[in-house]
Amino acid sequence: MSQTNHIGKAPSRVDGPLKVAGAAHYSGEFNVPNLAYGYVVNSPITKGKILKVHADEVRALPGVLEVFSHENVPYLAWFDKSYKDQIAPGGSPFRPLHSPDITFNQQPVALVVADTFELARYAAALLRIDYEQQEHETNLEAKRTEGYAPGGGKIGFQPPPPPRGKPDQALKEATHSIEAEYAHGAQHHNPMELFTTTVEWRGDGKITAYDKTQGVYNVKNYLMGVFGLGKDDVRVVNQFMGGGFGAGLRPQYSVFMAVLATLELKRSVRVTLTRQQMFSIGHRPNTLQLVKLGTNPDGTLAALQHHALHETSQFEDYTENIVNWSGMLYQCENVKLGYELAKLDIYSPQDMRAPGAASGNVGLEVAMDEMAYAAGLDPLEFRMRNYADRDQNVDKPFSSKKLRECYKQAAAKFGWETRTQEPRSMRANGKLVGMGMGGGVWDATQQKSAAKALISADGKLTVRSATGENGTGTYTIMTQIAAETLGLPLEAVTFELGDTDQPEAPIQGGSWTAASVGTAVKNACDALGEKILKLAQKPADSPLKGATYDEVEFVNGQLRLRHDHAQAVVLRDVLQASGETQLEADSSAQPNMAKQNGYSLHSHNVAFAEVEVDEDLGTIKVTRVVSAVAAGRILNQKTARSQVLGSVVWGLGMALMEETIMDHKFGRYVNHNFAEYHIPVNADIPHIDVIFVHEDDDIVNPLGVKGIGEVGMLGVTAAIANAVFHATGKRVRDLPIMLDKLL
Amino acid sequence: MSQPLISAPASGGLPNPVPTGPVRLTINGETQTLQLAPWTSLLDALREYAHLTGTKKGCDHGQCGACTVLVNGRRINSCLTLAVMHEDDDITTIEGLGTPENLSPLQQAFVDHDAFQCGYCTPGQICSAQGLLNEGHAHSEAEIKELMSGNLCRCGAYVGILDAVKEVVDKQ
Repeated sequence: MSQTNHIGKAPSRVDGPLKVAGAAHYSGEFNVPNLAYGYVVNSPITKGKILKVHADEVRALPGVLEVFSHENVPYLAWFDKSYKDQIAPGGSPFRPLHSPDITFNQQPVALVVADTFELARYAAALLRIDYEQQEHETNLEAKRTEGYAPGGGKIGFQPPPPPRGKPDQALKEATHSIEAEYAHGAQHHNPMELFTTTVEWRGDGKITAYDKTQGVYNVKNYLMGVFGLGKDDVRVVNQFMGGGFGAGLRPQYSVFMAVLATLELKRSVRVTLTRQQMFSIGHRPNTLQLVKLGTNPDGTLAALQHHALHETSQFEDYTENIVNWSGMLYQCENVKLGYELAKLDIYSPQDMRAPGAASGNVGLEVAMDEMAYAAGLDPLEFRMRNYADRDQNVDKPFSSKKLRECYKQAAAKFGWETRTQEPRSMRANGKLVGMGMGGGVWDATQQKSAAKALISADGKLTVRSATGENGTGTYTIMTQIAAETLGLPLEAVTFELGDTDQPEAPIQGGSWTAASVGTAVKNACDALGEKILKLAQKPADSPLKGATYDEVEFVNGQLRLRHDHAQAVVLRDVLQASGETQLEADSSAQPNMAKQNGYSLHSHNVAFAEVEVDEDLGTIKVTRVVSAVAAGRILNQKTARSQVLGSVVWGLGMALMEETIMDHKFGRYVNHNFAEYHIPVNADIPHIDVIFVHEDDDIVNPLGVKGIGEVGMLGVTAAIANAVFHATGKRVRDLPIMLDKLL
Repeated sequence: MSQPLISAPASGGLPNPVPTGPVRLTINGETQTLQLAPWTSLLDALREYAHLTGTKKGCDHGQCGACTVLVNGRRINSCLTLAVMHEDDDITTIEGLGTPENLSPLQQAFVDHDAFQCGYCTPGQICSAQGLLNEGHAHSEAEIKELMSGNLCRCGAYVGILDAVKEVVDKQ
């Protein structure tokens, strides 16, 4: 019986005690000596020019060290490519403090640095800046007819596949058809931790940047490019991140500002954004979608058309995959997908949890509900009839897909059979009751990653990879993988991350960390295991003589033959007898393209939601959610469940609360704070059941994991919107569904 | 087309900031004197001057609850109060409730129920939960959910938070 099989179990987070005791250090919490504070000043205008920064009167204040603006910023990199980070979209990245031109509201225009935070804030409030204002456009409605198809340029972006079949003719000839437009406004990530960078001046032009980021190497490369720093001049560290959700995928202006000030003043500097400034660093774009569906007499889809238009900035073509999913979630021979951008005087949008899919999924899955009603079918039955066993976008089979089992298990748990189809037909507690559902699909991808494993003579294993921990459970799952690979208890393993002194890992996004870094960790531990085997085979009487690595296993602190467990050596004995104080091994991992080429790699989910609507007040209460996810192998039942629970909360927020409202007269977000940008609170969250449908999949990667951070958000928003329709008979197509839209 | 210029009103000589002075605070049973400007919030005093960074800044406006600490046993948003107002108070932060090696019952329950993900709102959640335990307010699930709703969690760990707080409440 093995005590060192950790994968698939539910251990508590290994970093939990640090977090609950307030002992985990986030990027603004490194106490470096002689620290100065920077406070960012942002533009109150949306488009125009800075005429004059009255910096001298602020510089004269006691304790103020410097005011940085385009007027005095030193010579920095000239070409766009120096500012392009790993996931920069096409176009020219924004350069803070580069020129007097204002291209979006809240554009950072100055940094005031002072001896204390209080002084920097005070001085920043007094800084006068003269602007020349020009007319701006921030309203997507005004650009409806000016959409354009973007080029490539961003990693992961795929233009929609070309049309298949005869989508227009098939729609015309369909037995039933629907056509509707769906919209949602801008949404902001709003992780709880503010973007903060503490830059430590190490002398001689060398710095360490403790930065809130989802990719320490991405930030390091950016800083090297922009500030002309050498590889050894800059180290970037982020051991704990207070939430990212995509906001930390690209280097933010906080790190630019803090590094600029540190290099110029030759003194350590911390820059922390305010919550208000957190609305100036990228967002899920305001999106309009047109969906047309048609059915055959047997309830199969005759035609599917999905077109999306969303905003981007004047300087970058921010792209995400919104409509592509619609060509693969259901079986349909006649499909037309379209995707366009429109330029506005705003900051570039930025990937936000399940970017593209979360938006497109609402359009598709609400339209599917509308289509089911038009065809007189139960929404679940309608989806079953159109189940896709093959990814028609690329004409390949799925490596694994247990969405059907998700439908069945979640429907049974939810009690879908108790639902009556007619809207307004169910009531409870004096309120209208609605039940709705929606499902989704997300990529299962793997990126190149590296890791290092070290074991000491006393059997303590340390594994390192410069990935991140932003709440996803990275410390824990990597510890589980490493411990299981070398047959150790969790307590004997330390996983270290978030430091550019460690082997490179990809930015933490796309739900690919478990697959990418997990495989690298496993490979590094296996490489170490091979070295240990060689040591174990040195003695003439070794019971493992002649065995290959495939013929042995590490279990319970022992190394033994797989086919004869009695032939075993104790791992610590081997290490101590070797005379080595430490053994180490490096390894990396990348996708096995030869194995994957013939398949479509995706995770799937479905969510069922129940709502109660007060007919007099229009208030909506979500009373139950059941979410079923098929995402390959689940590494940690506890942390994976938490990720899905969190995803459901996000889906609820998107359905009922979240919208950053632009006052187009000023081109400025007006609800840029937590009192007015509503996210769900504890009292909003009902009982949530999470079901994992296991998939065996050795094609996606050796661990068989597909990633769990984003797929769980899909379906939820549509399920709630569909439940509101079922409760009230009113179809709201612009999110969030607030009470005024029901009255 | 250009519109009128925007310019802040000119001012002759900006007013100097208010000087700092000694402020005596008793935090987690230890009294220390910090040199603070009078407009320093209790939150900034804890994080930037006392280097007790367990208390978090999430909004600085009393809207998120991440900065919740206990003052004389009652929970408050430390961003909404000035440090100088608390010279005679007994301030307890997350560091005063337990350590990683010796967790309080609430802290342990948060770990057991996975009542957090990124961990940034967690100290505030735990201080808030400790406050409502101290106040004897939490009896039903609905009450716990309502009284914990001043503490935002963007990771959406609310189910675990409820379970953790309820477990400790039920044991009392």
